[in-house]
Amino acid sequence: MSSIEAPPRGRSALGAAARLARRHWQLYLILLLPLAYVALFNYLPMYGAQLAFKRFSASKGIAGSPWVGLRYFKLFFASPSSLRIILNTLSISLYSIAVNFLFPIILAVALNESRRRAFRKAAQMITYAPYFISTVVMVGLILQVLDPRLGIVPRLVAALGGGETNLMGSPKAFQSIYVWSGLWQGIGYSAIIYLAALAGVSPELQEAAIIDGCSRGQRIRHVDIPAIMPTIVIMLILSFGFVMSVGFEKVYLMQNDMNLSSSEIISTYVYKVGLVNADFGFATAIGLFNSLVNLALLVCANAAARRAGQGGLW
Amino acid sequence: MRSRNLYVTRSDRALTLFLDGFLWFWTLVVAYPLVYVLSASLSSPQAVIGGKVWLLPVEPTLRAYQAVFRNKMILAGFANSTLYMVLGTAISLALTVFAAFPLSRRELAGRKALNALFLFTMIFSGGMIPTYLVVKDLGLRNTVWAVVLPSAFSVWNMIITRTYFQTNIPDELYEAAQLDGCSDFRFLRRVVLPLSGPILAVIGLYYAVGLWNGYFNALLYIDSQRLYPLQLVLRDILVLSNMDMSMMQDFSEMLRKQGLASLLKYAVIVVASLPVMLAYPFVQRFFVKGVMVGAMKG
Repeated sequence: MSSIEAPPRGRSALGAAARLARRHWQLYLILLLPLAYVALFNYLPMYGAQLAFKRFSASKGIAGSPWVGLRYFKLFFASPSSLRIILNTLSISLYSIAVNFLFPIILAVALNESRRRAFRKAAQMITYAPYFISTVVMVGLILQVLDPRLGIVPRLVAALGGGETNLMGSPKAFQSIYVWSGLWQGIGYSAIIYLAALAGVSPELQEAAIIDGCSRGQRIRHVDIPAIMPTIVIMLILSFGFVMSVGFEKVYLMQNDMNLSSSEIISTYVYKVGLVNADFGFATAIGLFNSLVNLALLVCANAAARRAGQGGLW
Repeated sequence: MRSRNLYVTRSDRALTLFLDGFLWFWTLVVAYPLVYVLSASLSSPQAVIGGKVWLLPVEPTLRAYQAVFRNKMILAGFANSTLYMVLGTAISLALTVFAAFPLSRRELAGRKALNALFLFTMIFSGGMIPTYLVVKDLGLRNTVWAVVLPSAFSVWNMIITRTYFQTNIPDELYEAAQLDGCSDFRFLRRVVLPLSGPILAVIGLYYAVGLWNGYFNALLYIDSQRLYPLQLVLRDILVLSNMDMSMMQDFSEMLRKQGLASLLKYAVIVVASLPVMLAYPFVQRFFVKGVMVGAMKG
């Protein structure tokens, strides 16, 4: 593509870049504000992450606090709770991926195949609606629905002859409640990306398949699924990149003393240690460990996505 | 939309049955709790406590709603959240556009490095505590800024916006403007922004819903109840069950003891979700568009 900015022959690339920069100084000026923002709110905290190796003293500040080496990391990994917290984080994540992966695809195919326009529209609209419920309200809703005395679920269980159920107080039930309520809230939203891919399947391809004698099932299997395969692959790979970053907001609200053994995850633990108990160094160390694992996972997931020919996040 | 099948085999019929069944099942599973909460909130306390509500309101009354709207904390929360949402969305949109436009131009020397600088923040972070200390040292705790600033900029949204600029604003247009002596400032204001209505709507909605629904920043940085956003007020009521007893003054002592709180919670859930739910049918197509633009990203 020839542009008016093409560097004249004989000039060094560096000189050309400098000339370009001088001519477009306004672009840099526009970029200044966002750059200042990430410097302040993203890169400055990264500098502050050195607290993981320091005993924080408010009077001396981050730079002046004394070094303690790997003390906090050793402390964390030596404590009996560390393994449980990491395993909880992992199992919530993997459970979530397993459930939230398949169902939205089936929903998208079902929506795409439904030939009653009005019903399809209504179904899409309704399944999509819970996405807009805030986390707080969502958890409030879960608590109401599962309330041992008045909730609709225990009442249904009782009506069907079951015993009394206190699901929110049960460590065994916690992860299932978390994951399936997540599916309830997110299935419609997650289906959209596949629906978009399905909408891109050319009608000619479908007609050709019909003329060649494909049944409906064969068309789904041999036309629709291959068409959304790239989307499926990249969504799956990327979700593994986020395995160690379970969101704080919903888990924290769903926690109570009774279910803590299966509901404590890294981010909620960091919050409690760091901001409730004000043990900054220790909490920063756990957070840094988590960030590093996330980084490694994302880099691997990205490489895998690229290898799969899907292009990655970057 | 799709032409009629010429061949309908038995397995096809089974498949159709399965897919339609799946669709019906999920539609009902999603709709039922929503309808139930609405009905419960409109029923009489006696009916809710007696477990008589299954689908439709029993002995309909608006008393729970009257109690909710008399609650000063909820009203203040609404006001605070509105402020946070409007201010935060404006800041976030400005940051996003100011980053996306220069990074969308090939003329920006060092673009790759600058891009990487932004992208890196998406895959690595200093963590909760160092971020907390930055906000605290800036003196932002217990101010509006602590709610709207710490997560004001989403690199993901910036990438979507940048892709939109790259695919929807032709290079020829930029070059022509350059030849005519149009500065980059002017080009952004007079050409890029007017052509970017759809993407600004999508991104703005993402930010707005995030600000309205989130509570994390407020939990970390706001101690003063006066500044509580709606979500933190709701957390007190719905999750911690710290109910202001004056909300229940209308009801008899006996009902109060029997867990009237439950009824009020249903009403609170409805009131809190209503603004977003009412707006939802109108903005839905924008959201769908946003997901697709995001999926398009190369």
